[in-house]
Amino acid sequence: MTDSKYFTTTKKGEIFELKAELNSDKKEKKKEAVKKVIASMTVGKDVSALFPDVVNCMQTDNLELKKLVYLYLMNYAKSQPDMAIMAVNTFVKDCEDPNPLIRALAVRTMGCIRVDKITEYLCEPLRKCLKDEDPYVRKTAAVCVAKLHDINAQLVEDQGFLDTLKDLISDSNPMVVANAVAALSEIAESHPNSNLLDLNPQTINKLLTALNECTEWGQIFILDCLANYTPRDDRESQSICERVTPRLSHANSAVVLSAVKVLMKFMEMLPKDLDYYGTLLKKLAPPLVTLLSAEPELQYVALRNINLIVQRRPEILKHEMKVFFVKYNDPIYVKLEKLDIMIRLASQANIAQVLAELKEYATEVDVDFVRKAVRAIGRCAIKVEQSAERCVSTLLDLIQTKVNYVVQEAIVVIKDIFRKYPNKYESVIATLCENLDSLDEPEARAAMIWIVGEYAERIDNADELLESFLEGFHDESTQVQLQLLTAIVKLFLKKPTETQELVQQVLSLATQDSDNPDLRDRGYIYWRLLSTDPVAAKEVVLAEKPLISEETDLIEPTLLEELICHIGTLASVYHKPPSAFVEGSRGVQHKRLPGSAGSGESVESPDTGSAAGVPDAPPAVIPSQGDLLGDLLNLDLTPPATSGPPPPATSGLQLGAMDLLGGGLDSLMGDESEPLGGDLGGGSAMGAGFGAPPAATAAPFSAPVSGGLDDLFDLGGGVGMPMGAYSPPKTVWLPAMKGKGLEISGTFARRGGVIQMEMTLTNKAMSVMTDFAIQFNRNSFGLAPAGPLQVLTPLSPNQSIEVSLPLSTVGPVMKMDPLNNLQVAVKNNIDVFYFSCQYPISMLFVEDGKMERQVFLATWKDIPNDNEAQFQIKDCHLSSDAASSKLQGSNIFTIAKRTVDGQDMLYQSVKLSNGIWVLAELRVQTGNPIFTVCLKCRAPEVSQCVFQSYEAVLKN
Amino acid sequence: MSASAIFVLDLKGKVLICRNYKGDVDMAEIDHFMPLLMQHEEEGLLSPVMSHGNVHFMWIKHSNLYLVATTNKNSNASLVYSFLYKIVEVFTEYFKELEEESIQDNFVVVYELLDELMDFGFPQTTESKILQEYITQEGAKLEVAKTKVPTTVTNAVSWRSEGIKYKKNEVFIDVIESINVLVNANGSVMSSDIVGSIKLKTMLSGMPELRLGLNDRVLFALTGRDKGKTVVMEDVKFHQCVRLSRFESDRTISFIPPDGESELMSYRINTHVKPLIWIESVIEKFSHSRVEIMVKAKGQFKKQSVANNVEVRVPVPSDADSPKFKTSTGNAKYVPEKNLVVWTIKSFPGGKEFLMRAHFGLPSVENDEAEGKPPITVKFEIPYFTVSGIQVRYMKIIEKSGYQALPWVRYITQSGGTVATFLISAL
Repeated sequence: MTDSKYFTTTKKGEIFELKAELNSDKKEKKKEAVKKVIASMTVGKDVSALFPDVVNCMQTDNLELKKLVYLYLMNYAKSQPDMAIMAVNTFVKDCEDPNPLIRALAVRTMGCIRVDKITEYLCEPLRKCLKDEDPYVRKTAAVCVAKLHDINAQLVEDQGFLDTLKDLISDSNPMVVANAVAALSEIAESHPNSNLLDLNPQTINKLLTALNECTEWGQIFILDCLANYTPRDDRESQSICERVTPRLSHANSAVVLSAVKVLMKFMEMLPKDLDYYGTLLKKLAPPLVTLLSAEPELQYVALRNINLIVQRRPEILKHEMKVFFVKYNDPIYVKLEKLDIMIRLASQANIAQVLAELKEYATEVDVDFVRKAVRAIGRCAIKVEQSAERCVSTLLDLIQTKVNYVVQEAIVVIKDIFRKYPNKYESVIATLCENLDSLDEPEARAAMIWIVGEYAERIDNADELLESFLEGFHDESTQVQLQLLTAIVKLFLKKPTETQELVQQVLSLATQDSDNPDLRDRGYIYWRLLSTDPVAAKEVVLAEKPLISEETDLIEPTLLEELICHIGTLASVYHKPPSAFVEGSRGVQHKRLPGSAGSGESVESPDTGSAAGVPDAPPAVIPSQGDLLGDLLNLDLTPPATSGPPPPATSGLQLGAMDLLGGGLDSLMGDESEPLGGDLGGGSAMGAGFGAPPAATAAPFSAPVSGGLDDLFDLGGGVGMPMGAYSPPKTVWLPAMKGKGLEISGTFARRGGVIQMEMTLTNKAMSVMTDFAIQFNRNSFGLAPAGPLQVLTPLSPNQSIEVSLPLSTVGPVMKMDPLNNLQVAVKNNIDVFYFSCQYPISMLFVEDGKMERQVFLATWKDIPNDNEAQFQIKDCHLSSDAASSKLQGSNIFTIAKRTVDGQDMLYQSVKLSNGIWVLAELRVQTGNPIFTVCLKCRAPEVSQCVFQSYEAVLKN
Repeated sequence: MSASAIFVLDLKGKVLICRNYKGDVDMAEIDHFMPLLMQHEEEGLLSPVMSHGNVHFMWIKHSNLYLVATTNKNSNASLVYSFLYKIVEVFTEYFKELEEESIQDNFVVVYELLDELMDFGFPQTTESKILQEYITQEGAKLEVAKTKVPTTVTNAVSWRSEGIKYKKNEVFIDVIESINVLVNANGSVMSSDIVGSIKLKTMLSGMPELRLGLNDRVLFALTGRDKGKTVVMEDVKFHQCVRLSRFESDRTISFIPPDGESELMSYRINTHVKPLIWIESVIEKFSHSRVEIMVKAKGQFKKQSVANNVEVRVPVPSDADSPKFKTSTGNAKYVPEKNLVVWTIKSFPGGKEFLMRAHFGLPSVENDEAEGKPPITVKFEIPYFTVSGIQVRYMKIIEKSGYQALPWVRYITQSGGTVATFLISAL
């Protein structure tokens, strides 16, 4: 006999019948009736009318019946809150039942009834159950605290349940520990500032012990909780890693992924030269590979995460290419992910294999997969230069198949290949042109038009080809229209004599007959350019384009770091931060990977001046010199040679053109998809220029307060108290003459670990200034505004305002000369102004720049002597101790002091915000006003700047 | 953290049963699931995660059911999928088959199980053997027996109950290796791997302590032993019961086994293996008239061994008809619903070679749709033999009552699908 019979009931008077049965004296009949009620509930019938009758059945010693009644209560209590009170007594009584199963059931169910009146009565039973002798009850009660907290957080805090819950972390039973951890994590997640999970080495140790004994799910709770901890140093980090690695052998994929998350995060703190670091890297590969034999959905989650891991630590899986080869019966979502990872792992060593596979995939039947495979071939060409030729010939083979969508995809990627290797594979253009007619997708058409325009001088019938597209101009998509416009202008600039008519035709189509503002604007710009200064037009339109970077669609590094902290979760599957898809998580702090233990080893490429320790520089466009167009595209605000707005033209259209270039600058800059100059490949290249969104950590200081602070600090400085970081006096950066009446003077300061750019804006013009905004050019240390420029009031004539702008160091990086040069653009309602200023490099000295003695010693020896620089500071009348404390105020830390022959030697270390370490030896001879500074650094180019800071700090 | 609610849907998207664990996602959101799934499928963007507004659906499909978890948080996705598969496992052990009817027929137990498996989104006890001790299908029995929570539920050993008794204490060890080989049309091996698993059928009394010894190269290197053939295991995964930290430190596989059948461990071996049954095929397609297929299978393993239940599956065009077969041994059968010819050979001795010819008619009007090119697959089983050469060196069984127990070992090699892609020569 099965339960299905309960689903068949008579139509007539069903509720009435059930009511009678529920009130029957016979136990068996009662139970049958409750089952029927539940069956009706299951199929979605409303049986809430039976509430009192069902609740009457609650007092029973039949466990099965009790469970069913509880289930009913959970479903309907909310709709009948007043009647739900009837159940409270039984609940409270059940919480004291001798059978632990019933006690647990009662406390579990009560927590699920989200009725305020009931929760009040829940507190006492819950308190008892949290201290119950049976672990089954305790583990259930632990979860119940989280439930209650969700309903009434205040109540939970007032009742002290949180402390009891914290105590349960020390429970003798592993399952209780695991549930307590889960409940605490859950509560902490919704109240990020509660500091509930204040993890310390003792609790961590308890968790690690419980990890060995609890169920697979408990292990996941504990591992996920561990991942939120930041070890104090690399030793602690290593010891946790050692105790977590055995979890990689667990049969449950989720346990493995959570363990991987902990390891990936804590690895950041291990010095790379440590043997253990290498061991750990090796240990990670096999379990990741094994995840690919799990169920397809788990494979998918694993692959999305491997995609992140490969970007963060490519060395882990670099030899495992084969396992990512697509199987014929993989679901499509697995296939597409594998393809993506194959490209990321492609290198010169394995490219032949990869290409053979990709070629195979390109002949499959699934259209989406085939398209992606063709694209992948193009990406291989761009990534592995040695393979480019083979890739191009493979693509040509594919074009010969004449399969429509294959041809179109191939053309799109060949366009990218041209942008990476200009003047190398143009011989294939003829083949491409043959397929012109078969292109029906906008992207492919646009790509083909771009190719024709770009190489117009080598294609005899370029004008005919473009003209053929022009016929249906208005039916084309915007993408194609824009491309066609640019291509014809290019053609005109290359072959002006034959194509005048064509260019006029397209310009009039774009400007007069089109409703699309982008198209019209671009049309006008070309028109103006061509009519006022054809030479300039040529320089702009035919400018050499920056090469596209080899790795496209890499995840932006700060996001990548955050996602690594979320391995295994939805965020890692979506490749989006949780704040992007979880409501109410706005205020939640973004997770970051811990900084690496500073042995200075993290600086991998000192010659670039940017640091690898903080890989914040997005993959940049390969810079090419004097590339005006490139600069414009990359939002480079370097002042053009003439500085100021472009020279005025004379036609009646002048005003419009001015607006386009001046006021419209913002919109142009913001336009990622269709950059001026028509670089189709710009999409990927552009991204680089926009850089990382500034980390929203530093709170913007309100102007007047910081002004006051400023004064205080200045005062302090005047009296000669060596407190706080040295901040130079304000200097004029933008004289009113150049700023159309706006004068900006400013300085930099470091307060509480935040770099501040402090400016005084003075309006010396006759009209009110509003709408201030600020932007930096890429610079050596990735300085970028951490928030908008806060100028709250309009600035009236003759008024000054103090502004303090917090800066972050996660912006795009480009080496400047001098190193500490910063190019700034300030915009207001009048114009955009450019100026450059130099910041004292001491602003970048971070608070944790004190190196361990041993590390200092080893690093000092390790840095080649060639990198040593010696400087002298004259006229310095300070004792060595006074100098030391003064320097400390600017985060230059004295690690050791030695006195030899009356000469004090101070050994000091400094860490820059990008992870570069500078080691120093300061020699002070008592009575001698000349100090000698000896600097050693893996990136010797910073030495000069650091020395300047020494001098500035010591002398002020 | 994980799921807000769990739903079991039928193929049309109708909710068969559901359980709301957290109450932070409207239960009516599930109505968006099916339309969303259809939409994704149409766009060719099928994905195990879908979102509608700020609700995320994580789903798996099992026979004629969808199991869906909803959430509006940044849940641990791998945990959710593991859990959904665990539900399938538990339900299957309870109801034999998990399908629409079994849910309806057992809805009371299903509710009880859902209540016990997860609490407020946190998975709890999911060992079905233990669950069966206090959630039974015949509710009637319970009344008298005053059900207690088995202490096992919260014990460190959460997979084995105390007080198990057997007259004869035995443990059966099956070492099963399945090999996957992919051969391309030119006859070269593209990829090959061995996935092995060691399964136990434990019939031991009390709380026995077991130790399994394998000819693991790492272990031999650790102990300085150096004789006989050893095996390098690329990655090993263990059942919950194995002490992972112990294995990590000295490669000892020690555990208290679950009662009855269980998979103790699985491993992966990355050595190059040649296909044990080599397939050569000639498929000639005469458009608008016929397809001729010739398949040759050769046993490339020891002469003393025999492969059992060999199945060679050859794909044919979906519009093929009127099959004719000729085989040198075994039987060939046309399976039109799968577009396959299945050639079965009950027993296939090593070193032998067999042949199958098939002939199909094709309609004169050609099928326009492009068809995939699924490969030829081979399935077989070779007993008393492992490809990797892995061996159980010992199984020590210690129980405090001191009984003698016998371990029995069996070795089997299976094909996890030897696969050969092939060229169709179109004429």
